[in-house]
Amino acid sequence: MHYIGVDIGSTCAKTTVMDDDCNILFQEVCPTGWSSVDTAENIRKQLAEAGFDPKDNVVVATGYGRVAIPYADKTVTEITCHCAGAVHMFGYQTMGVIDIGGQDTKIIEVANGTVKNFMMNDKCSAGTGRFLEVMANTLSVTPDQLTVLAAGGSDTSISSLCTVFAESEVISLIGRGEKKENIAFAVVDSIVRKVASQASKMDLSDKPVCLTGGLCDSEYIRKALSKELKAEVETAPQARYAGSIGAALFAKKAGAKKV
Amino acid sequence: MSDYLQMWKDLDMDVETHDMLCQVLPTAFGDTFLSMENRPESMGFYDFVVSEIHGIRPSEMIAAQKEGKKVVGTFCVYVPDEVINAAGALFSGLCGGSQFWVPGGEKYLPKNTCPLVKASLGARFDRTCPFFRIVDLIVGETTCDAKKKAYEILGEDVPMYIMDMPQMKRDIDIQKWADEIKAFAAKMEELTGNTITVDGLNDAIKTINAKRKALARIFDARKNADNIPISGLDALLIMQIAFFDDPARCAEMANKVADELEQRNKDGVSVFPAGTKRILLTGTPLAIPNWKLHHIIETSGAAVVCEEMCTGTRYFENLVEEDNATLDDAYMALSKRYMKNNCSCFTPNQGRIDDILRMAKEYNVDGIIDTNLKFCCLYDTERRNVEKAVNEAGIPFLGIETDYTDSDAEQLRTRIEAFVEMLG
Repeated sequence: MHYIGVDIGSTCAKTTVMDDDCNILFQEVCPTGWSSVDTAENIRKQLAEAGFDPKDNVVVATGYGRVAIPYADKTVTEITCHCAGAVHMFGYQTMGVIDIGGQDTKIIEVANGTVKNFMMNDKCSAGTGRFLEVMANTLSVTPDQLTVLAAGGSDTSISSLCTVFAESEVISLIGRGEKKENIAFAVVDSIVRKVASQASKMDLSDKPVCLTGGLCDSEYIRKALSKELKAEVETAPQARYAGSIGAALFAKKAGAKKV
Repeated sequence: MSDYLQMWKDLDMDVETHDMLCQVLPTAFGDTFLSMENRPESMGFYDFVVSEIHGIRPSEMIAAQKEGKKVVGTFCVYVPDEVINAAGALFSGLCGGSQFWVPGGEKYLPKNTCPLVKASLGARFDRTCPFFRIVDLIVGETTCDAKKKAYEILGEDVPMYIMDMPQMKRDIDIQKWADEIKAFAAKMEELTGNTITVDGLNDAIKTINAKRKALARIFDARKNADNIPISGLDALLIMQIAFFDDPARCAEMANKVADELEQRNKDGVSVFPAGTKRILLTGTPLAIPNWKLHHIIETSGAAVVCEEMCTGTRYFENLVEEDNATLDDAYMALSKRYMKNNCSCFTPNQGRIDDILRMAKEYNVDGIIDTNLKFCCLYDTERRNVEKAVNEAGIPFLGIETDYTDSDAEQLRTRIEAFVEMLG
């Protein structure tokens, strides 16, 4: 028996397969695209080809697309899954988890290895991966390139939190001849400040803070967030899979029931 | 709905636009209410009222007007229904609870006004709600800034009377509210041509107290720790309809529901599986037909067992002292009861926090969800103190801000499901 966690987010779909000893046997990320249903089906095919056919294993679905996965045995929200995944990955029972996702940012206060409190941004995309994506497009770079560029910039800021208005601001900066590095700096700075302001409403003091989600690969974002939060933010290479790892762990819990 | 077309035309309503509302309501009601299992049989009355929502009660009101009676519209649980009743007039709550009316209100109000206020103005100015057309007078009150200014605009189209609500709870404020009630009584006498007598007012106090007691019985039945005899949605619907129904009939129907719920508790008949998480919902009112949050909560593995809201406990808790010797005594008795209500327009407002902590115990809740209508600055700001006290009491807390649209339904569902998962 294997345990499969599928996390269909707004931008990317992440899959993790675990064995009874929580060893990760398979991990995959793909764009969600415009149809969660199609994405779910593609993931099913990939899993079957890799020898982990959902029908023979336990599947827990999470993320916005969790209801679009017909082969899921159970759904669990991404808050609970990210918490479980982060606890498993980072090994802390008490910590703060910051997940910067495609369309929302979650701040989770973890105590005794479970969710004690959480908050999410509202409908607005300020401080999310989508904000970064839109600005990267405007600058004709990839989101990854943008965060690298940002490391070399300084002294520029974007004041609008609204993605649409912020894009106009970026265009004005381009028109003014501002260096790309400085604009990239301003974009990342805007996200980091927004996330930090959300985090300030939670009690994260004296606790390790861990970053999960699609932006975890960016050393610059990690550093900028650490500076803004005045705490060393930790991350891990697999942190983008935190939701699917958590889901796989819940699949393992549910596993006994299915047999 | 039966044929009320001529009545709506006589009320100078925009019947074409109103038809659109009449078409969507049965679907919304069916999806939300009729899909629930094991509802109390006595909900049949309330289902019927909703099916004829813009027909049956309005036609009663119009019949009363033909007999020379007046109909008074109100927006707030601080306006004393007893005085209206004692003057021989009918009263009707008017708060708008549908997105349908919001764009109409936005023609007159800034966008960042709470949806309840926007919907209320939209319903009047767009001529798509019979209750707003029938009323001879609308009584406003100075509870929040948005309402105060909106009443000035509403006053261009309909006669308004404003009661000046104190915002503190000192003895001088209670005296001040008694004086306001007295002045309102004079206004009601002028409107109706009737004299308010001490006997008449005492009778009205008894009528409204009876209604409060009946509604309180329903809530008492919801306190049962081992059984959930009625869904939060059905309880909310009863409260929403209480605002515009005849008070004696409201009491009679609510007592019938309470009888059934008490029996259900004895027989262990629950509308939710054992172990369903019990939620206390606090915050801004949920005017009819705003059923969004209850529906999401109750399809996410939890049940609402109490509403600390105007459309909840604030409507019926505390009784008015009966058998007053003089009119002035009666006005003071009314003031004392109404001033026990804890709206966030008061400062300080520790009473509301005490209420919430008390209800969390009385209703055996697992968690508290505090909801705020977008742009309600008072409840929004008060949330910080509520959350702090609730956290100190060790009760899980989730704060939500939303409006009447469905655009955030999935985000809310994720938050609420995660909260229910957190409750274990």
